[in-house]
Amino acid sequence: MTVVQTGTPLLTAEGVSKWFFLGNTLFRRGRQDVVRAVDGVSFDIRRGEVLGLVGESGSGKSTVGRTILRLNEPTAGSIRFDGHELAGLTRRQLRPLRPRMQLIFQDPFSSLNPRMTVGRIIDTPITIHAPETSRAARRERVAELLHLVGLSPRYAERYPHEFSGGQRQRIGIARALVMNPDFLVADEPVSALDVSIQAQVVNLLLEIREKLGLTMLFISHDLAVVGCVSDRIAVMYLGRIVELAPTRSLFLDPRHPYTEALFSAEPIPNPAIRRDRILLKGEIPSPVNPPSGCVFRTRCPYALPDCAKVVPPLTEVAPGHAKACIRDDLDLRPSQHA
Amino acid sequence: MPVDRIDELGGRPEPEQTLHVNRNRALRRFLRHRLAILGTVTIAVLVIACAIGPYITPFDHLFIDIRSRFQPPVSGAHVFGTDEMGRDLLSRLMMAGRVSLTIGFAAMMLSTIFGTLVGAVAGYYGRKTGAVLMRFVDAVLCFPNIFLLLTLAAFIQPSLMTITIIIAATSWMEVARVVEGQLRSLRERDFAVAAEMIGAPNSHIMFKELLPNAVAPIVVAATLTVARAILMESYISFLGYGIQPPEPSWGNMLNNAQQYLNSAPWLAIFPGLMITLAVTSFNFLGDGLRDALDPRLEV
Ligand SMILES: Nc1ncnc2c1ncn2[C@@H]1O[C@H](COP(=O)(O)OP(=O)(O)OP(=O)(O)O)[C@@H](O)[C@H]1O
Ligand code: SF4
Ligand SMILES: [Mg+2]
Repeated sequence: MTVVQTGTPLLTAEGVSKWFFLGNTLFRRGRQDVVRAVDGVSFDIRRGEVLGLVGESGSGKSTVGRTILRLNEPTAGSIRFDGHELAGLTRRQLRPLRPRMQLIFQDPFSSLNPRMTVGRIIDTPITIHAPETSRAARRERVAELLHLVGLSPRYAERYPHEFSGGQRQRIGIARALVMNPDFLVADEPVSALDVSIQAQVVNLLLEIREKLGLTMLFISHDLAVVGCVSDRIAVMYLGRIVELAPTRSLFLDPRHPYTEALFSAEPIPNPAIRRDRILLKGEIPSPVNPPSGCVFRTRCPYALPDCAKVVPPLTEVAPGHAKACIRDDLDLRPSQHA
Repeated sequence: MPVDRIDELGGRPEPEQTLHVNRNRALRRFLRHRLAILGTVTIAVLVIACAIGPYITPFDHLFIDIRSRFQPPVSGAHVFGTDEMGRDLLSRLMMAGRVSLTIGFAAMMLSTIFGTLVGAVAGYYGRKTGAVLMRFVDAVLCFPNIFLLLTLAAFIQPSLMTITIIIAATSWMEVARVVEGQLRSLRERDFAVAAEMIGAPNSHIMFKELLPNAVAPIVVAATLTVARAILMESYISFLGYGIQPPEPSWGNMLNNAQQYLNSAPWLAIFPGLMITLAVTSFNFLGDGLRDALDPRLEV
């Protein structure tokens, strides 16, 4: 139905960083810790594409999502959304662009206002961006959206606490869609849900994306989920993108040792072909004090002394396939799901 | 195709509790609940009595009758007795109650509105604005209230309005703190981020999204403020800076009664009892509300 023009980027992030400055209060100033949650990240998302973003907890995935949506002010870098530069815009300047980009949250219990009815939650964006819309038109739109996300329009009068996690997530999706956005960031939209519900919600998102021709950034720490929804995948580690490739290419031919380690940590579908696992040693280092050079070197089984010297840039090693690692001589294991 | 089905997986299991703890808690709740009901009934009786009582009694609260001075309670026509000028004590108590309750409610309204605004702005904007505002609140809180009250009262012509304003000026800080804490934590919740995401103006996020989630603690704080305000009005009137005789207030009646403590103790006992009754009733009601409303705050 919708003609999706693929190829041209809808959103381009270039050298985006988000550092949090800790311990700075009005009455206490001085040496402060800097959390480099995101450090020089570049990628683009093409129209109609789903870009997956994976990485361990604390790698900065949510911060990337929130920064490109300008819920955070980026510390550095440029974010271009359909020709508009978002970095540096004020709240007021961002307002007209807000309906075009939306966020789906991880926690369905915190993302809906407990004091508002479902109908009110979904139609609030309309009252803000098109206050002249009549009550009847709003009600009709709410019913339409509830239907789209697979809920009964009767639910509009109810309050969020009357719903289960999966249903609340559907309500959150309806709210995100009410203004017909072009771009969605889904920040772990299913990881708080029961496994049996996860598939339903993922399928719903995919269906809607197809129907409405949405462009999406899909964040998850679960490779299997990201693999089944994404066209391309970016792998993040400690605030940086270490590998970026089309989904098939990443699963069949990973080029970064961290990607290999993630694959090897996946649950194995057939225990008969169990192989030696490459277990990640130790903890993810603190983003306050990241290692010099390659941030992965403290846990990388292939690290060389040179890895501490320079930050390896994200460079293309095959068409559309980029990695940030100085070693080209590695033969890494593909995913067991490939 | 709409999926009209409830997937019952979002629920969280209740933590297990022993019967003993449960029973104890239920008992405590019930008792507090009873006190709150008692408080509510007392407040209702006081309000109704003070509102319509003066129209019903045959005695004017300012009417002086030298022949029937110092009549003890229940001895004649005057149920609560008379004072040193033969004025009917019950009528005076009811008129005084009007003053005290009016000041209590009005000061509560003023300080709740002001405290809510200050707290909402401080909690929502946080950072420098919040830090400056809350240090200001702390500074006002540190100042000995009763001195502040008396200093202000000494400079300002006492009237119902000025006393209300003075009391409100010294009692908005509690509400401000409560609201600041609530908004500071609420604004971190995802639904506040969602409102930000749709480009809602700050006023919408503050007043329509966040504040309705803080109503319960505001109501509790407001109820306790009424109690405090009534007590404060009594203080300042007792010390002679508040409502001026011959207009009665529970505080200035108490002041007046000091001289006759031995000969006519009822002149002190009744206003004192009224103050205690009103203040404890509002405190019970506040505690009960806190108990009843708090669990529902959890989402
Ligand atoms: N507002 C903030 N202030 C300070 N540090 C922050 C803030 N937000 C995030 N961080 C830090 O930035 C780092 C990245 O956090 P982020 O939430 O983006 O990670 P994530 O990949 O989404 O992890 P998760 O899978 O746990 O959601 C973490 O170390 C986190 O502690
Ligand atoms: S650059 Fe060195 S440390 Fe980093 S991933 Fe490559 S081999 Fe490992
Ligand atoms: Mg996250």
